[in-house]
Amino acid sequence: MIDRRLLTNIDWILAGLVVTVCLLGILNIYSATTPYKMVGTAYFIKQFYWMLAGMTISMLVCSIDYHLLEDLSYWFYGFLILLLVVVLLVGRSTMGATRWLNLGLFNIQPSELMKIVIIITFARFFNNYHSVGGLTVGDVLFPLGILALPAALIMKQPDLGTAILVILIALSMTFYIGPRWTTIVTFACVTIPVAWIGWAYLLRPYQKNRVLDFLNPERSRLGSGYHIIQSKIAVGSGGIAGKGYIQGTQSQLRFLPEQHTDFAFSVFAEEWGFVGCLFLIILYMSLVLWGLNIARRCNDRFGGLLAVGVTAMLFWHIVINMGMVIGLFPVVGVPLPFFSYGGTSMITSMVGIGMLQSISMRRFMF
Amino acid sequence: MKERRFVREVVESKQRILILSFVVGAVFFLLLMRLWHLQILRSDDYREMSENNRLRFVPVAASRGAILDRNGKVLVSNRPSFSLAVVPQEVLDKESLLTQLSTLLGLDRAEMDERWRKSMGRAKYYPIVLASNITRDQVEILEENRLRLPGVEIEMKPVREYSNGTLASHLLGYISEISEKELNAKGYEEYNPGDYVGKNGIERALEMELHGDDGGRQLEVDARGRVLRTISETYPTVGNSVVLTIDSAIQKQAEQAFGEQAGAAVAMDVNSGEILAFVSNPGFDPSLFSGKLPADIWKGYLEDKRRPLENKALSGQYPPGSTFKVITALAGLYDNRIDDSTSVNCNGAYTLGTSTFKCWNKKGHGTTSLRKSLRESCDVYYYQLGEKLGVDKIAATAKAFKLGAPMGVELQNEKSGLIPTSEWKQKRFGKRWFHGETLPVSIGQGYVLTTPIQLASMIATVANEGTIYRPHLVKRIVDADGKPLRETKTEVIGTTSFSKESYRLVKQGLYAVVNESGGTGAQARLYDVKVAGKTGTSQVVKMRDSKQGTPYQFRDHALFVAFAPFDKPEIAVAVVIEHGEHGGSAAAPIAGRILRAYFDGKKPPRKEPSATPKETEEPENDEKAATLKESQVSGDKSND
Repeated sequence: MIDRRLLTNIDWILAGLVVTVCLLGILNIYSATTPYKMVGTAYFIKQFYWMLAGMTISMLVCSIDYHLLEDLSYWFYGFLILLLVVVLLVGRSTMGATRWLNLGLFNIQPSELMKIVIIITFARFFNNYHSVGGLTVGDVLFPLGILALPAALIMKQPDLGTAILVILIALSMTFYIGPRWTTIVTFACVTIPVAWIGWAYLLRPYQKNRVLDFLNPERSRLGSGYHIIQSKIAVGSGGIAGKGYIQGTQSQLRFLPEQHTDFAFSVFAEEWGFVGCLFLIILYMSLVLWGLNIARRCNDRFGGLLAVGVTAMLFWHIVINMGMVIGLFPVVGVPLPFFSYGGTSMITSMVGIGMLQSISMRRFMF
Repeated sequence: MKERRFVREVVESKQRILILSFVVGAVFFLLLMRLWHLQILRSDDYREMSENNRLRFVPVAASRGAILDRNGKVLVSNRPSFSLAVVPQEVLDKESLLTQLSTLLGLDRAEMDERWRKSMGRAKYYPIVLASNITRDQVEILEENRLRLPGVEIEMKPVREYSNGTLASHLLGYISEISEKELNAKGYEEYNPGDYVGKNGIERALEMELHGDDGGRQLEVDARGRVLRTISETYPTVGNSVVLTIDSAIQKQAEQAFGEQAGAAVAMDVNSGEILAFVSNPGFDPSLFSGKLPADIWKGYLEDKRRPLENKALSGQYPPGSTFKVITALAGLYDNRIDDSTSVNCNGAYTLGTSTFKCWNKKGHGTTSLRKSLRESCDVYYYQLGEKLGVDKIAATAKAFKLGAPMGVELQNEKSGLIPTSEWKQKRFGKRWFHGETLPVSIGQGYVLTTPIQLASMIATVANEGTIYRPHLVKRIVDADGKPLRETKTEVIGTTSFSKESYRLVKQGLYAVVNESGGTGAQARLYDVKVAGKTGTSQVVKMRDSKQGTPYQFRDHALFVAFAPFDKPEIAVAVVIEHGEHGGSAAAPIAGRILRAYFDGKKPPRKEPSATPKETEEPENDEKAATLKESQVSGDKSND
């Protein structure tokens, strides 16, 4: 199945960047979970297993010619929508939201898979859709529909973070194809007043509160964004050089929420300081720019679209998570790819990396 | 055609990749800028916040020193009390916490809000005391619900115990929570809201000795406030104890003698100025002031005509009445206006110009010598003498006895009394002194005002013939183990220049007052000790004919000053009974009982007051002879 020639074309830069971030993440998870009283396998070990599993899946994905995805894309899409409906009906609830589907052996989170499937579906759609002079308002109505259905279903779970990401990935790909200015302006003109009128006149105060709580869960639970403040204290107190590995007081004394998952970067920033953050951000930026470079080098439109989609997925995860940790965005449960603890995020990101690898390896085949 | 479109698309998409790359770069740059802001520009602020987060200073209250009488008997000590405190930084939801606390413990919600508000602006890790003096049951409820009440702590603090109830309440004073005003005052820099300070009496005057130094622990805590380790610890230093000059046996007898009557009494060591008894009646319960004073009791104190909250021994200013004749007589002897042989005829009144000044005995005393004038308290004798002397000579004598100025007792709010002079009147009223005004002054009326402590000092000075000691209440300061730190030195604040003979003549008269027939102070007589004294009855309102049915507040004050033993004086006493009407019948018996108590205490030769209060625990009577050791409960805070 795998072409021997392809092995020589493995994108070592891509693989190197990902593995480096993963290892830093494991190192950081070790520190972040030191104060936890644990029974069973330690988090950093589990994360290591997830990394290995992710890399295996990544290799499987890259061994597949991504053109195969084009043919299967709508099937995937239909199947995922079905799963999303099922999850709403029979899914397992954790923390007030229904996201998981019990498949007997393991649980899956269909909304997470939707991030990948929306990339493939949009790539397929735009690959076959040629317009001259940019996308018109009419051109984007259909992809908007494709996007709106899963976004609504995910929002219903409710999982705002994933819904936002799915939307951002789709919008990024749309922008890559290039809408006309008139299209952008038209949508701005429709969306903004509708949102404003709805907010100002249609919603009752308690409904507004619900929306605000939904946007920022911290608001209702603790008031005044306690978690964000603690996270900012952690990051800020790190200073230039940081407090030293496993020396961060904010993390070691557990002032940080979810410090091995969503707030892992906060722990890293406290212990490694600005210097460490600079290094990590450079790694991430290189990864994203390299993803775009893969898209640029790819000579077929479908591959380019896929690469842009996967890169957009990584990019938005990174920006939203870091922005949350350093107090730029409200708290939305979005993990930092390869760095936060968690199997789902690792697998999804690695599938994406597999796709990028696949595209990168096959760039000479056209 | 298709080929061309494809090429164009590829070119365009490559351009857009470039744009996207710039956008990506810009966004990451923005993230870095933000990190720069947090980690470099504002790093110090956040570092401090993280320190505040993890470090907690837990104050450990110092145990307040005890107050003992001269024999080492405990008057004021400590017992443990619990209070409810909250660490603001750990409280997730203030409103719901306060609601929970008020429903669980039945505490006043409004008061907790108020206390919280008052503590705003302090470090968030510093516990706010929400309720003091909670019961053991409440402590138990709190312990049970601990996990549901993050940030709540129970503090154990020593509280004041006044072992003898209202005994010597004005002298001892009370403590209560520090006021906002005091917090900002000089000398209180080390204090925190919720601390207790002396507000009155010895508790206030010797606050700095008694208070001790609070200790504290620097703790490292995690996000839930669990203590991980102690970083540093300073132990509290127990406050020093104060040994008073008071003899509680005499004090007790004196207060019992007063009964329900309002007034004051001061008993003083003639040869040192040590105050042996210090009574202001009625008293109050000092322990009530440490907690929340019940409104009805407070109201009762305020509405009582006898003014229980006023320290009458120190702040009460009374016309000395006939007790002042001692001064007038000495002034006359000094000025050679009278001597042993001088006699005056009293026919019940004395006329000066158009005014008539009555003697208290309308029938008159007939031929009156100095001795008789004192014994029977003849007013006419002193009217004549006063007229000859003039007000300023009387005033000079009074001032030689340090009347008209605070004596410098350790307590706050000592009043000065008033000794009028012609100059004073000119200044005060802009009018010259009239001759007729001297006559009431010479019998201790008119403008003259004295405090009981001044009267005690005056008679003590007469007794020791001319040495004025500073009256004092504190004998020594001892540390927690009873080791003496500072002894109050006997201080002579003045001597008089009257001759031995003058004193002898006056004292003879004072002896006659108590011991001779016709003497006004017979009720102070003791069977075994020679007592000398002088009665006084001072008018509250001028010129009434019938004292029958006079409303309480217009009745005369009754006074008595005395010393004993006559030959070798040891103790001087001054007693003032407000509206007691007659010095001889109301005040003299009380003075007698005080002297009785003093000499009874001496009968089995009195032990020299021991330096170590521990050794002197005499399980005497029914009172708790708590040892000093027991009285010190070291304050701590439970953390688990």
